Amino acid sequence: MSVETERSSTESSAASGIDFEDTALTLTLRLPGSAASSSSSSAFPDADRKRAAAADADADRSSPRADAAASADEAPAPKARVVGWPPVRSYRKNALADAAGASSRASKQAAKFVKVAVDGAPYLRKVDLEAYAGYDQLLRALQDKFFSHFTIRKFADDERKLVDAVNGTEYVPTYEDKDGDWMLVGDVPWKMFVETCQRLRLMKSSEAVNLAPRAAR
Amino acid sequence: MTYFPEEVVEHIFSFLPSHSDRNTVSLVCKVWYEVERLSRRAVFVGNCYAVRPERVVRRFPNVRALTVKGKPHFADFNLVPPDWGGYAGPWIEAAARSCVGLEELRMKRMVVSDENLELLARSFPRFKALVLISCEGFSTDGLAAIASHCKLLRELDLQENEVEDHGPRWLSFFPDSCTSLVSLNFACIKGEVNSGALERLVARSPNLRSLRLNRSVSVDTLTKILARTPNLEDLGTGNLTDEFQHESYARFASVLDKCKMLKSLSGFWDASPSCVPFIYPLCHQLTGLNLSYTPTLDYSDLTEIVSRCVKLQRLWVLDCISDKGLQVVASSCKDLQELRVFPSDFYAAGYSAVTEEGLVAISSGCRKLSSLLYFCHQMTNDALATVAQNCPNFIRFRLCILEPKKPDAMTGQPLDEGFGAIVRECKGLRRLSISGLLTDKVFMYIGEYAKHLEMLSIAFAGDSDKGMMHVMNGCKNLRKLEIRDSPFGDVALLGNVAKYETMRSLWMSSCNVTFKGCQVLASMMPMLNVEITNKLDGTSEMEESHGDISKVDKLYVYRTTAGARDDAPNFIKIL
Repeated sequence: MSVETERSSTESSAASGIDFEDTALTLTLRLPGSAASSSSSSAFPDADRKRAAAADADADRSSPRADAAASADEAPAPKARVVGWPPVRSYRKNALADAAGASSRASKQAAKFVKVAVDGAPYLRKVDLEAYAGYDQLLRALQDKFFSHFTIRKFADDERKLVDAVNGTEYVPTYEDKDGDWMLVGDVPWKMFVETCQRLRLMKSSEAVNLAPRAAR
Repeated sequence: MTYFPEEVVEHIFSFLPSHSDRNTVSLVCKVWYEVERLSRRAVFVGNCYAVRPERVVRRFPNVRALTVKGKPHFADFNLVPPDWGGYAGPWIEAAARSCVGLEELRMKRMVVSDENLELLARSFPRFKALVLISCEGFSTDGLAAIASHCKLLRELDLQENEVEDHGPRWLSFFPDSCTSLVSLNFACIKGEVNSGALERLVARSPNLRSLRLNRSVSVDTLTKILARTPNLEDLGTGNLTDEFQHESYARFASVLDKCKMLKSLSGFWDASPSCVPFIYPLCHQLTGLNLSYTPTLDYSDLTEIVSRCVKLQRLWVLDCISDKGLQVVASSCKDLQELRVFPSDFYAAGYSAVTEEGLVAISSGCRKLSSLLYFCHQMTNDALATVAQNCPNFIRFRLCILEPKKPDAMTGQPLDEGFGAIVRECKGLRRLSISGLLTDKVFMYIGEYAKHLEMLSIAFAGDSDKGMMHVMNGCKNLRKLEIRDSPFGDVALLGNVAKYETMRSLWMSSCNVTFKGCQVLASMMPMLNVEITNKLDGTSEMEESHGDISKVDKLYVYRTTAGARDDAPNFIKIL
């Protein structure tokens, strides 16, 4: 996660605070592609870098010398350098290289996407957990980029809830772990959470009462 | 039968749709030859250098539909240098002189210039269909010429061409009188198109059934178009990324829901996962689905879609779907006939998210599968044997294990037995691509069992000349053989030279064939063009320094009635 992206998201939230009242009047649940949310850009933080690398590699391949160079000059990394292998049409390679985020999505290690459901909302969102350094960043991102009519409310016991500014409904962030159990977000160290989280759900507070208590306490 | 009047013979011939049958009857006698050539409406030329265009148009003056193919297949993978040839000009010029009745032209892997398209547009008053596949050399200006002059155009199909973009105006050149379009595909155009012109064109094309847009077309434009084309059967979407407002998507979803005739979907350029639910209502009616340009969708999105596609016959998808996702395909898509799984990442060498597990699952669930292209991380002999047992109806079987020479993932053995099982069980196999660790043994199986094989692609395989000899001496119906990075030399090349008379072409690159061997082949078989491509990096002098025994970098052999071509670039030597 780059520093710039994080900063810009906080800035935008600060700036959007001014017109927040206006948007709150008109917005219900924000849906895919609404103005403040660009999940694609947030979800692929290093897309540009990856794409540039891909473009370099491609230019390398398509140069008329690449053919000879692959077999003779560039001895190391033979598998990656064999011209025309794997046998994928150059048209397809170029088309996918053009694709925003194509390569970042493909390198699975660099991103962990999970779906985010909100009780009562008809559509899912996705976030890349690897793009955030901790719970605060994640929740802020959920607020800024996905559900901007939500505000974060912190409670004395460090519990966090998201509140819908439009109708006042409180949501508790929960997640499904590897065992299929629904837990409260924040119950384990962040790193462990990133590894184990299968999906996120912003659950209505009224329904979250029976949820497993935090393991830590 | 020669006592039938010629009109009757001609009428009988009209029941012979296949090119090969018509070729055969034309050999019976002079009268039949005459009747056949004057009544031939469709001509297929599999290699543009196998015959001179003048000769084709002279023999078939009444041709309506002409298909010409240019560069060798390996050109798709950058193995054929730029400026190699395959020019459309001579074909279009010859047809313009002699066959003004031409209505349809299809070209694959050819170099087509704007001047060629201009001539095409002005020469054939009844022109109806232009299909260009993997072509290059033209711009949107050439397309503008086609749009302005071909008043009866029904089909403009541009598949995977490299088109130079000269702005969004070309689509505006379709005159108001153009109302005949049935099929329009400009998915390969990189730049924007004029959305107003597109909407108007679609609005006045009541017969439009197939429309494939490029990624510049917004969801709002797509929505307006769909509202006008309730009868559309084949749709390639435009831009479905996250940048649009919710209202746009809501309108899109509602018009999409009304397209009850839609059977085939493609496009989805970088589509946002959030637009996936909009196509759920359509899934049950789809027979074709191409999600292979959509790296933005992952396993869960893809399985949500395919699990609803119960009538699917053709699926193209990226390996993001994973083995688990292929299991969902196997349990949901019982009618699947064609599956292509492409790699989503070409730069992480050797890694793909799918393996033998996914393929075995597919073969046990989709028993009608007859065509496969599968890029995978690893494979086993057991898996291939199971696949062969489960799906004996394969016609096309192309398997690419991303890492060259990778052995059986369980046993470390070569994959000879696995591919052997494929050729033994799949009796109708016509096209085969093999990969992984392979010895000469696999070619023994192929030569013995693959009786109907027409095209064989070999890479990083075999140990000696014997391997290729098995193929050359077996495989009675082989038409195209392409080999790269395999240890086959002159003995194999010259082992059965008569075979080349029955084949369309042979490609060998980075093998052990020498200059001398090629010379011998050329002198033994004068009806062949033996083309040698020297390396482009200045080491072409190598040939002189090492004399006749130096290895040939690339060899392309094809039969021809036209003699040596005169448009070969200087890095190609024709023996």
